[in-house]
Amino acid sequence: MSAPLLDVKGLTKSFGGLVATDGLDLGVSAGETHAVIGPNGAGKTTLLAQLAGQLRPDAGTIHFDGADITGLSAPARSLRGLARSFQITSIFRDFTVLDNVALAIQAHAGHSFRLWQPARRDAALRDPAGAILERVGLGGRAEVVAGNLAHGEQRQLEIAMALGTRPKLLLLDEPMAGMGGEDSERMKAFLGSLKGTCTMLLVEHDMDAVFTLADRVTVMVYGRALACGAPAEIRADERVRQAYLGDEEGV
Amino acid sequence: MSAMNLRRWLTALCLALFALVPVVAGVFGQPFLLDIFDRIMIISIAAVSLNLIMGYGGMISFGHAAYLGIGAYSIGIPAYYGYYDAALQLPLAIAASALFALVTGYICLRTRGVYFIMITLAFAQMAYFAFISVEEYGGDDGLVIEARSRVPAGVVDLESNVQLYYVVFAVLVGALYLVHRIVNSRFGLVIQGAKDNDERMRAIGFNTFRYRLTCYVIAGAMCGLAGWLLGNFNNFFSPEMIAWTRSGELIFMVVLGGMGSVFGPVLGTVAFIVLEEVLSGFTIYWELIFGAFLILVVVFVRGGLMGMIAKFERPRP
Ligand SMILES: Nc1ncnc2c1ncn2[C@@H]1O[C@H](COP(=O)(O)OP(=O)(O)OP(=O)(O)O)[C@@H](O)[C@H]1O
Ligand SMILES: [Mg+2]
Repeated sequence: MSAPLLDVKGLTKSFGGLVATDGLDLGVSAGETHAVIGPNGAGKTTLLAQLAGQLRPDAGTIHFDGADITGLSAPARSLRGLARSFQITSIFRDFTVLDNVALAIQAHAGHSFRLWQPARRDAALRDPAGAILERVGLGGRAEVVAGNLAHGEQRQLEIAMALGTRPKLLLLDEPMAGMGGEDSERMKAFLGSLKGTCTMLLVEHDMDAVFTLADRVTVMVYGRALACGAPAEIRADERVRQAYLGDEEGV
Repeated sequence: MSAMNLRRWLTALCLALFALVPVVAGVFGQPFLLDIFDRIMIISIAAVSLNLIMGYGGMISFGHAAYLGIGAYSIGIPAYYGYYDAALQLPLAIAASALFALVTGYICLRTRGVYFIMITLAFAQMAYFAFISVEEYGGDDGLVIEARSRVPAGVVDLESNVQLYYVVFAVLVGALYLVHRIVNSRFGLVIQGAKDNDERMRAIGFNTFRYRLTCYVIAGAMCGLAGWLLGNFNNFFSPEMIAWTRSGELIFMVVLGGMGSVFGPVLGTVAFIVLEEVLSGFTIYWELIFGAFLILVVVFVRGGLMGMIAKFERPRP
């Protein structure tokens, strides 16, 4: 197997006395959908924040696409093809839906020290943004102010913005968080359609989604990777059942 | 867009009125009108520039008047040594302001919220005390500027009050147009995005610090230009021009007129200065009434005067 697209070694992060990431090793190969599951407080969001550059690890290295990115800033990582969607929706609430995605595209279309031409009439930004909105199912909502979207739609926009950066690796933090049945089915189908076109690291509590979508699953407990393997292996793993899946049995 | 765009009409109307002031002042023999509107327009330029960083960029600078002072001293100090050439003074005013914005902004923009406000205030106060301590340039009292900036003959003569007025008018229109272009450009969207959600901006690939600093420098330079006009208009410069209360007034003008609308700060400045003139005419307690008025506007009219006017427009789809 070739070198993984993302290669994390010995990642460690503590908040005061609390060790949120504890010498974590993790590899994601190009093309795969890799799910990370674990109980609340296991350190999944903390892990994504370190991967995307919002948090600095205390120790350990992160290699992405052949380069050491441990010391890079969040924008520099984004420009290299790492995109993160947030567990707590993080969008530009005062901008329209189309503006939100167009900004993500603009970030990757050269520098933005362009002070004169109206950006909202720039087809090079608006057209691809519109196409992405169609894909995630927000095509009809392009001109709505993002803050006025329903919760489920905001979650879709969250993904659309990440896709706007044309990522090599998509870090998804509970894309279905707080979604109702119908919305969450649609999201699941959409993520399924992304499979293969984009490498994904998927943090999700919805076990049904995890076991349908993932090629591999890593189980995290107390900041450590307890187990990693194919969905079927993880289901069968005794330690995992005890530590985590036990209370979710019957899914 | 609705057919009846009240705000656009109002902007055009206001600017047309500004343009007519010298005519009216001449016909009715009321030169003080020229003075008031000169001052309104110059302070408007400062407020428009503050709005660029504050209203669009969320950078609430409590030291913006410093640039008015830097601009004025850029005429006053060369004039003190006998250099009156606008070709020296004008670039100096803009460059010195831009440099001050670059150096202080580099430090201020590492902080947020209340800390940002306090640091911008601290830097402006440093400039204030620096100007006060230089006895050579009049210290506390400031100095009279013997002559206005000299422009090559045949272009304009700033010693003519009417010509100076139209130069101020032209700069105001130019500043408004520039800000209008900037806030709708790619750069402008980055600035507004960073105000709305900086973490998200960085996550999608923007190094927001560079853009915010650039914006801060542009606003500083624009206000320095206003300072250059103010020095010429007053024929005078003193540290009092940059006292912290002046910066506070600029913030009030922006909030009163409407943050985040290009023309709002001009309305705010007009309301502020006209009210000041009128109220101070019939009671010595005018500041009390004035303060109450400002509080009412800020509390009850979200979006300032511009926001109030927008309410009368036909709702957009
Ligand atoms: N900024 C912070 N300061 C202090 N403690 C933090 C901080 N961020 C996270 N933690 C703690 O670190 C641990 C891991 O949190 P994290 O959010 O990464 O968990 P998670 O696996 O994403 O949980 P969930 O499934 O609820 O989203 C928790 O105990 C949390 O309280
Ligand atoms: Mg989490």
